[in-house]
Amino acid sequence: MSTGMTMIEKILARKAGLAQAHAGDTVTVDVDMAVLIDLQFATMWIPPTRIHDPDKTAIVMDHAVPAPTLKDATGGPLARTFAADFGIKKFYDVGRHGICHQVIAENGLARPGEILACTDSHTCAGGAFNTAARGLGPAEVYSILCTGTTWFQIAPTVRYELVGTRPDTVSGKDIFLHIAHQYGDATNQNLEYGGPGLASIPLNDRRTIATQGAEISADFSTFGVDDLLADHLAERGVTGYQAADADPDATYLDVRTIDLSTLQPYVARPGTVSRNGVPVSQIEPRRIDQAFIGSCANGQLEDLRIAASILRGRQVAPGVRLLITPASQQVYRDAMRAGYLQDLADAGAVVTNSTCGACFGYHMGVVGPGEVCITSSTRNFSGRMGSTEAEIYMASPATVAASAVAGFITDPRNVNS
Amino acid sequence: MTDLTVTGRVWVFGDSLNTDAMYPAHAMKLDVSEAAKHVFHAVRPGWTEQVSPGDIVVAGKNFGVGSSRPVAALFNQLGVAALVAEEFNSLFFRNAVNAGLPAMTIPDATQLFHDKDTAGLDFPAGTWSNQTTGTTGQVQPLAPLILEILAGGGVLPRLAEQGFLPPELADTLRSPALQAQAAGSGT
Ligand code: SF4
Repeated sequence: MSTGMTMIEKILARKAGLAQAHAGDTVTVDVDMAVLIDLQFATMWIPPTRIHDPDKTAIVMDHAVPAPTLKDATGGPLARTFAADFGIKKFYDVGRHGICHQVIAENGLARPGEILACTDSHTCAGGAFNTAARGLGPAEVYSILCTGTTWFQIAPTVRYELVGTRPDTVSGKDIFLHIAHQYGDATNQNLEYGGPGLASIPLNDRRTIATQGAEISADFSTFGVDDLLADHLAERGVTGYQAADADPDATYLDVRTIDLSTLQPYVARPGTVSRNGVPVSQIEPRRIDQAFIGSCANGQLEDLRIAASILRGRQVAPGVRLLITPASQQVYRDAMRAGYLQDLADAGAVVTNSTCGACFGYHMGVVGPGEVCITSSTRNFSGRMGSTEAEIYMASPATVAASAVAGFITDPRNVNS
Repeated sequence: MTDLTVTGRVWVFGDSLNTDAMYPAHAMKLDVSEAAKHVFHAVRPGWTEQVSPGDIVVAGKNFGVGSSRPVAALFNQLGVAALVAEEFNSLFFRNAVNAGLPAMTIPDATQLFHDKDTAGLDFPAGTWSNQTTGTTGQVQPLAPLILEILAGGGVLPRLAEQGFLPPELADTLRSPALQAQAAGSGT
């Protein structure tokens, strides 16, 4: 019996060589691209004797570059040697580096209808490109590097049917925070985004939404291929792919309609994004110590443009540290050329090297006990950015920038840009 | 071959325990043996002193939401023999399987077990018992492919047997600490 498939079921079926695959099935699939990150090399890496395919392998130096510790400094040369020994051309070393999900996007490594695996939990970001992209642990990515295959237990899919037009003041982060607040965790569920409203969500915002599927514990987050995405890919020379559309008779765990025109900017309170949000218009004016715009979710060029437009001609409030981390060296250079970095630095922001740094509290911008941070990164978990006694609020780059100027959490719509 | 039945003392934790609570960023700068001392550091201080080899961790819903960092390696280091949760984050579950750490989903696990109870888990059969309270139950057994990875002690020894890693490493790769080190870490 043949029944319709969701986007993710279609990709997994195809890559498993099956006519059909559905929620509940366990399938063994070919992986199109395996991406390793610097951390994988920093802890007594053992080089494999052989690998599946150097052209289906990429290495991105991102989490701890330039090396902040001796441990990381030891990993770098191992990565370089491995890349050289195995002829891995997609090696994004310091200087052409960036946060892996940004580098994956910029270099067209995530292709519609294909499977991408990477040693970082936010690999679901690639779902914005109709890719079955997932973060997998270091041991499993190592295994894929060697064998070119892995397995998935297919989870049921929830479809978000987007209708209406997104207001200009509502970003991908706000849409995600709304969904996380409204529907809570999506553990052992795939998320699928489509519908007529999708056309009003630009690619950068789609990537923010796909990236943050990890925070609500989802498996895959996948967007359909529409004209906007097809044009975006064509501009980057990504061709010859086979898009995975959902069948009209696909089976969903739930179909949820979101009228984008009714949404407003959101803030998530500290601890989790799940059922923990509040419209920014209703949040208490909490005083902040640090504000952060960056990460794979919101360090994109458009995020820096928005931040610069709010900060231009203004000053960061006394007592507030504003950190800006472009998501990649490419974003850094583009933002410099466009004058955004000048505007940001003139306003008193610290523009950092492109790395994961502050986002995971590893280096650069760690927060101390009792401090309050508002971040546009991915996680507001306790202890994520440093002390477990710090509070981390999460919001869009616009809200973070406006709050940095005000010195307390505030609605960016009150600040003319 | 790892024996896929486990009997041990249980420790019961709550819902939505995330990977930052089990493997904080500052611990990622340390060796696995040191890093393991930080597991649940904020939620239950001192726990890593109390847990002993063979114990079982029981958690609630959405266990392991967060990062790909190899938390399972820290549980291996502490000698934790198995994980039980009402619901696992799938990445966290896979990391456990790939590290050779068996994991069983039991709805209502946090009601059925209390700290220091003795649990018996039979993974191939998908059965569990609380030997302290005398309750037993059955869950959907793990897929054969997953049982096979667990029986081999995780994914790395298997790669060594297949010649992707120096074959003489196969046995040592079953050692939890080295296993974590060989694959490096992720977030
Ligand atoms: S920026 Fe943050 S969330 Fe993104 S990959 Fe780096 S550490 Fe992970």
